[in-house]
Amino acid sequence: MKLALLQELSAVDDERTVARGLMTRLHLDLPLLLGILTVAVLGLTVLYSASHMNPQLVVRQCIHVLLGLIVMFVLAQIPPHLMRSWALWLYLFGTLLLVAVLLIGSVGKGAQRWLDLGVIRFQPSELMRLAVPMMMATYFSNKPLPPRFKHMVIAVLITGTPFLLIVKQPDLGTALLIAMSGIFVLFLAGLSWFIIIGLGVVAATGAPMFWTFIMHDYQRQRVLTFLNPESDPLGTGWNIIQSKIAIGSGGLYGKGWLNSTQSRLDFLPESSTDFIVGVFAEEFGLVGLCLLLLVYLFIIARGLYIAGQATDAFSRLLAGSLALIFFVYVFVNVGMVSGILPVVGLPLPLVSYGGTALVTIMAGFGILMSIATHRKQDSR
Amino acid sequence: MKLKQPNAQGKWAGRSGRLVQARDRMREERLFIRRAVISFIFVALGLSALVGRLVYLQVFNHQYFTTLSENNRVSLQPLPPTRGLIYDRNGVLLAENRPSHRLEIVPEQVDDIDATLQRLSTYITISESDLRRFRRLVGRSSPYVGTPLRFGLSDAEVARLAVNLHRMPGVNIKADLTRRYPLEAVAGHILGYVGRIDERELKTIDTSQYSGTTHIGKTGIEKTYENVLHGEVGYQQVETNAQGRVLRVLSKTPPVPGKNLYLTIDIEFQRAAELALGDYTGAIVALDPRNGDVLALVSMPNYDPNPFVNGIDYASYKALNTSPERPLFNRALYGAYPPGSTIKPMMVLAGLEAKVFDRRKSVYCPGYFKLPNHDRRFRDWRRGGHGTVSLTKAIVESCDVYFYQLALDMGIDRMNKHLSEFGFGQRTGIDLYGEKSGVLPSQEWKRKVHKQPWYAGETIIAGIGQGYMLATPLQLAHATAAVAMRGQQFAPQVVHAVQEQGSDKLQIKTGSPLDPVHIADPLSWDVVIQAMVKVVHSERGTARRIARGIAYTAAGKTGTAQVFSLGEEEEYDAKQLARRLHDHALFIAFAPVEQPQIAIAVIAEHGGGGGSVAAPIGRQVLDAYLLQNNRLTQGADS
Repeated sequence: MKLALLQELSAVDDERTVARGLMTRLHLDLPLLLGILTVAVLGLTVLYSASHMNPQLVVRQCIHVLLGLIVMFVLAQIPPHLMRSWALWLYLFGTLLLVAVLLIGSVGKGAQRWLDLGVIRFQPSELMRLAVPMMMATYFSNKPLPPRFKHMVIAVLITGTPFLLIVKQPDLGTALLIAMSGIFVLFLAGLSWFIIIGLGVVAATGAPMFWTFIMHDYQRQRVLTFLNPESDPLGTGWNIIQSKIAIGSGGLYGKGWLNSTQSRLDFLPESSTDFIVGVFAEEFGLVGLCLLLLVYLFIIARGLYIAGQATDAFSRLLAGSLALIFFVYVFVNVGMVSGILPVVGLPLPLVSYGGTALVTIMAGFGILMSIATHRKQDSR
Repeated sequence: MKLKQPNAQGKWAGRSGRLVQARDRMREERLFIRRAVISFIFVALGLSALVGRLVYLQVFNHQYFTTLSENNRVSLQPLPPTRGLIYDRNGVLLAENRPSHRLEIVPEQVDDIDATLQRLSTYITISESDLRRFRRLVGRSSPYVGTPLRFGLSDAEVARLAVNLHRMPGVNIKADLTRRYPLEAVAGHILGYVGRIDERELKTIDTSQYSGTTHIGKTGIEKTYENVLHGEVGYQQVETNAQGRVLRVLSKTPPVPGKNLYLTIDIEFQRAAELALGDYTGAIVALDPRNGDVLALVSMPNYDPNPFVNGIDYASYKALNTSPERPLFNRALYGAYPPGSTIKPMMVLAGLEAKVFDRRKSVYCPGYFKLPNHDRRFRDWRRGGHGTVSLTKAIVESCDVYFYQLALDMGIDRMNKHLSEFGFGQRTGIDLYGEKSGVLPSQEWKRKVHKQPWYAGETIIAGIGQGYMLATPLQLAHATAAVAMRGQQFAPQVVHAVQEQGSDKLQIKTGSPLDPVHIADPLSWDVVIQAMVKVVHSERGTARRIARGIAYTAAGKTGTAQVFSLGEEEEYDAKQLARRLHDHALFIAFAPVEQPQIAIAVIAEHGGGGGSVAAPIGRQVLDAYLLQNNRLTQGADS
């Protein structure tokens, strides 16, 4: 009996080692992959409801997910040191494209964000979401840490250039996210608390200037609406009011899958894209949403863990920044839909319908997996 | 804090370089892990904040947002009841509901109203008055509510629009029921019409009952019986989407349709009575004296109520309203005329009851009457006078002097007391809106209204139904019916029966009796009725010309009411006076005398003589009623 049990146990153990070995050989991180797949499946489930049971849309999103997985898999095969050596070129290439967008880009929804490549329309700012943290991590990888002042000035230039170019498009949301991915690298590199607090003070005093000189009317309108959505209940405040109704009416356990009236009856706009979490909250309630947030927390924690396990500074900083920026996506989106942050056009990662954002996110996970699976070879 | 100090170790080279580098790497790693942990704490805090927000929305405010969500989803729609139909006594349809299509525009959903109107006018005709009404309504109602632009779209117009509707958001075709009066002007004054509810009416009606209802009775039966015809509103709970489209019905309380009305009017008889008046403006009221049923109620000229239903255009309304013949004015109910000599039978009854004189009383008529100690002469209509006049002769020949004397002896207050029993000076209580009460003067009345004392001369002319005295045609017919029934009287009624929709059973309205006229001596009735028979059937009767070929015995009284008063010595020359100054011709009658079935009052405005103009009209009316459907033999049987 005992022997059989032991044998069985060792068999399980063997399987696990085999599985882990296989995963390592494929350069995939199993916990991270499981977390991603869990969220993606939940996303497809709620997308079916949010799209008024439109199977075509769900199939298209499945293709996006598959595409994302392929991109992730491919990137996971590239060892971090190669990424590090490409980072500068990638960064320069991306910046060049951003300049090109401003000069010859096509206009969509009142902003110049796209490059028309004939076959596909390409958004260079998506590339910069990865290129900027990579460049920052590369820059600090051979610098003494915590960073010195002159290195920080260079870092500000590295992050600030694409930031300003994207602000010009104008796409403030993406620009801020890219700036944050750079700042996260700085923070993880050990940026002095004095500077962090000092920057906070500067930001607080600079905000009014930002408001008057940099922000566009529609952006100011978004902030104003966020502060008082009821002021214009049928105009710009509509989204926030309706998403709060969707979330609030979901209650503890939700109305059940496919029972979201706010989405089904078209009261909740953008219900399959940016506001999809409203549908999720309405159908699955607080319990369901907390579970979703737990999975997200798990993914972020796994990302930070991978960063912590990394053996070189480049990998650490890049992995940490990617994990934290993923958190920002989740936080900003859920915060916006639930009415504690202004409405910025930001999808819920892995859940909102849309290919571009999904592929970028998955590329980030690919980099994380590369870092996770290549560290042992490096240390050898 | 040490870790955050600038680290200069990296610059060192030499034999300890590798060691220093290794130490730096460990230090950097520790620094990173510390920062990563701090980051994780921030992440956890951030997600906790989100959860806190979700708890706030989903637990603490769950009820509130559930209510909002339900309000989004479910809306209560009123289901207007269908209006009751109106039939005549024999079941001929007088007012119906016809399916019709109207074009509505929801201003909120239209970017450029003018461009839309322009485009619409290429598919359908939109008149100036349509546009004016539309603009007026748009200013008044909510921009989210459909405002009607055109009513009564033809099938071809609906088809043309339906094809192009998708190109014009906010433009909708609505199907509903429109009130239609198939006989048009016939009995138009009785039926009245419905029209769009106006602001004044909104304040008086129960708005919940009228949510979803657009029209309300404005005059006539439609107004008087609004409560019966309207029915009760129903409701349905519907699920709507954000665009307001109904997706499904959740629950439904069906409306209770309005009840059908059967009138006391026989529409064929009504039509005959309208024709009988010919070109004269005036009124005819025919009552069944046995129960107060209104058999015909004519006011000429009449008008077609149909254009009023969806808003008559301004020009047509102005034409109707300013016409000197006043077609909108229901003379039978609102017209107050001096009753003239038609008051005489009632005057005799009043005098006998007041014991001012007896049946054998006679008066000498020299052609005029003078008050004691006054010079002023009150003329008789016959310049040479009637000689010695008995009571019967006074009625038959309509001697004015006899009644001057009678009035003088009775005094205005006693006249008032006894004539009021016939319903003069007060509303008859007919079930039609807006009846006038006329004037039955008294000393007190004059003091109150004119702030003047009563003069004896005014009593004299009141004796022949002139002066202050005014009566509506309905009152005259009502008083005639009371004479026919020897004092028994009923409130006139236009509605014979009420019928729930979908049911065959009629709830018959029985006549409501009024206090009978008090006449102590029944012989008084005989004398007066016999005299009225002689008005028609004797050689000297003022209505003798209608006796030829008459198939029944009729009792009547002619009247000629002065519109224009002549000086004492002036001669009345009908030819010289403009028609509008001609006397009104009046005639009251009932028949058959033995068992009265009909009592009528006829007024031909500016017709001249009662005997020459009004009486022949009256004969036509009596014939039309009594000679149809064997009523004469039936009446004899019963």
